Amino acid sequence: MSFERIIFYAFAAILVYAAGRVVTARNPVHAALHLVLAFFTCAGLWLLLEAEFLAIVLVLVYVGAVMVLFLFVVMMLDINSAPLREGFIRYLPVGLAVAALMLFEMVAIVGVRYFGPEQVAIPARHPEGYSNTAELGRVLYTDYVYPFEIAAVILLVAIIAAIVLTMRRRPETKYQDPAKQVQARKADRLRVVKMSAEKKQ
Amino acid sequence: MPLETAEYLLALPEIWVLGMACLILVLDLFIRDDSRILTYLMVQATLVVAALITLAVQVPEPVLAFGNTFISDGMATVLKLFIYLVTGMGFLYARPYLQDRGLFKGEFYVLGLFAMLGMMIMVSASHFLTIYLGLELLSLCLYAMVAFNRDSGTCSEAAMKYFVLGALASGMLLYGISMLYGATGSLEIAAVASAIAAEEGSSIVLIFALCFIVVGLAFKLGAVPFHMWVPDVYHGAPTPVTLFIGSAPKIAAFAIVMRVLVDGLGGLVADWQGMLVILAVLSLAVGNVIAIAQTNLKRMLAYSTISHVGFLLLGILAGTPDGYAAAMFYIITYALMAVGAFGMIILLSRAGFEADELEDFRGLNARNPWFAFMMLILMFSMAGVPPTVGFYAKLSVLQAVIQVDMVWLALVAVFFSVIGAFYYIRLVKIMYFDSPTDEAALQSNPGLRAVLSVNGLAVLGLGVFCCCISS
Repeated sequence: MSFERIIFYAFAAILVYAAGRVVTARNPVHAALHLVLAFFTCAGLWLLLEAEFLAIVLVLVYVGAVMVLFLFVVMMLDINSAPLREGFIRYLPVGLAVAALMLFEMVAIVGVRYFGPEQVAIPARHPEGYSNTAELGRVLYTDYVYPFEIAAVILLVAIIAAIVLTMRRRPETKYQDPAKQVQARKADRLRVVKMSAEKKQ
Repeated sequence: MPLETAEYLLALPEIWVLGMACLILVLDLFIRDDSRILTYLMVQATLVVAALITLAVQVPEPVLAFGNTFISDGMATVLKLFIYLVTGMGFLYARPYLQDRGLFKGEFYVLGLFAMLGMMIMVSASHFLTIYLGLELLSLCLYAMVAFNRDSGTCSEAAMKYFVLGALASGMLLYGISMLYGATGSLEIAAVASAIAAEEGSSIVLIFALCFIVVGLAFKLGAVPFHMWVPDVYHGAPTPVTLFIGSAPKIAAFAIVMRVLVDGLGGLVADWQGMLVILAVLSLAVGNVIAIAQTNLKRMLAYSTISHVGFLLLGILAGTPDGYAAAMFYIITYALMAVGAFGMIILLSRAGFEADELEDFRGLNARNPWFAFMMLILMFSMAGVPPTVGFYAKLSVLQAVIQVDMVWLALVAVFFSVIGAFYYIRLVKIMYFDSPTDEAALQSNPGLRAVLSVNGLAVLGLGVFCCCISS
């Protein structure tokens, strides 16, 4: 067994384990951290496939940005996961049966018969000095420039939609105005009342 | 592969709409609330110029551009022009409604323009990637527009349902497309078609891909049994957004069904014909029967949409050029009727009052005979009563189905149309024979009244025109 194959199986095993823990971990923070592990191992697998640009982007974007935000949200929200887990054992047999049936059906139709090495050629190794990044860039800005631009418009629309849906004045929210706070003077807050002494009743 | 200037010229309508949408987005920030009408006028001017550009750059023969991801042909030109028309009417109907409710914001129109850009991309796509991206661009704008009235609980609920089910449908479609890529080795529609033609018999993996693609498309069209989102979204969304969702996107959805099933998977026609038969019969049955039980006009029109989608599918599954032409005529006619019907709800509504119950149309004839007559034309057209254009749309679809010897299917369609006629005519009865509960005169701006009149008369006039040329 070549060293590359050993790496593949090790990464694949870690990936399956991490993905399983994402679903089964009791603590949402643990689940999120396992997802980070899953992304990392996935990036490793992609490196084996000589897709180094995608591997690095996966780490930078998903691990670096998305998952950090996700962890942040998970820590901010106090999610009580106990009610979500009620009936896990009760529904497990049905769930397993359905999953097994679906797996069987999918394998029966889209198995190695159609996507095995006989049908789809094994990709050839690229020569030394081949730049995956440059190739991607070349295709992205020539053959796929039109879809690429549309994807950019979709991102723009996502920004606009997010702002439209969240930026609004709500009369019921109370917020502080620091400028007004620092301008407050003693006379605004304190009223000195002069009154004559009174006899004790 | 160098890009030629000619390729950019072909996509000039898209480039123009995108440029103007970005420009209006920025300019709108500098416009005060009381002169927001400037944004509206710029948007309408954009649509007019886009229509002129589309006419100017049309080509006699289909031309591919941008590495075969973009196609310019006759169908794209015609459908784009109707998309501009229907979108423009939708924007026009929306303005008084939004003004009365303090929702008259530039973002509504900018999102509408981007949604229209998505439709244009879908209409002239010749690559599965472009189709998917156009669809996502359209859907994303629509989700935001449904939730536009943030203070309304029903709007947020509708947007949530739409978003979740829409994402599910996109997932189905993408899974099917990925299988198709695995089986044919390409995502270009022409290349997929030739790869399928080269294969003897249809392999099971292609059928597998086809199933998922048909399910995804049926979700987007709102065909039974993938129609669950339609009534809730139509009911929950603000009426101008319902009007928008119910009209122009249906034209774009028709276009992608044509591009995917006919142009791309035309070799599998024997396989998808059966699937569409099931979808069409179920849509006709469920749409027409359940609409009878509705008391809310928006929900009723939602079920009516489902039944119209059934008719549309009938035209496509005929699998002949006549059938496709009939389906295209049907969907354009439907868009015109839907715009008018939802426009009537906006006409009768006023600030703080939604005229979306059937009861709100009670005795409309006594309050305003002209608009009662317009609604009568629209309802008769939806039911398919001659001489309105709806009748000729139904007739041409049925002719196409009979030509391919599916007489039983035509009989089913007529049977459910007769059932469907009940709820359209019930509204006419409510308008003409019941006494009004609300005597208030209609308060709406003259522009809305004029366009609604033109809309109603167009439905009648086009029908008479069809009558003249067919006789």
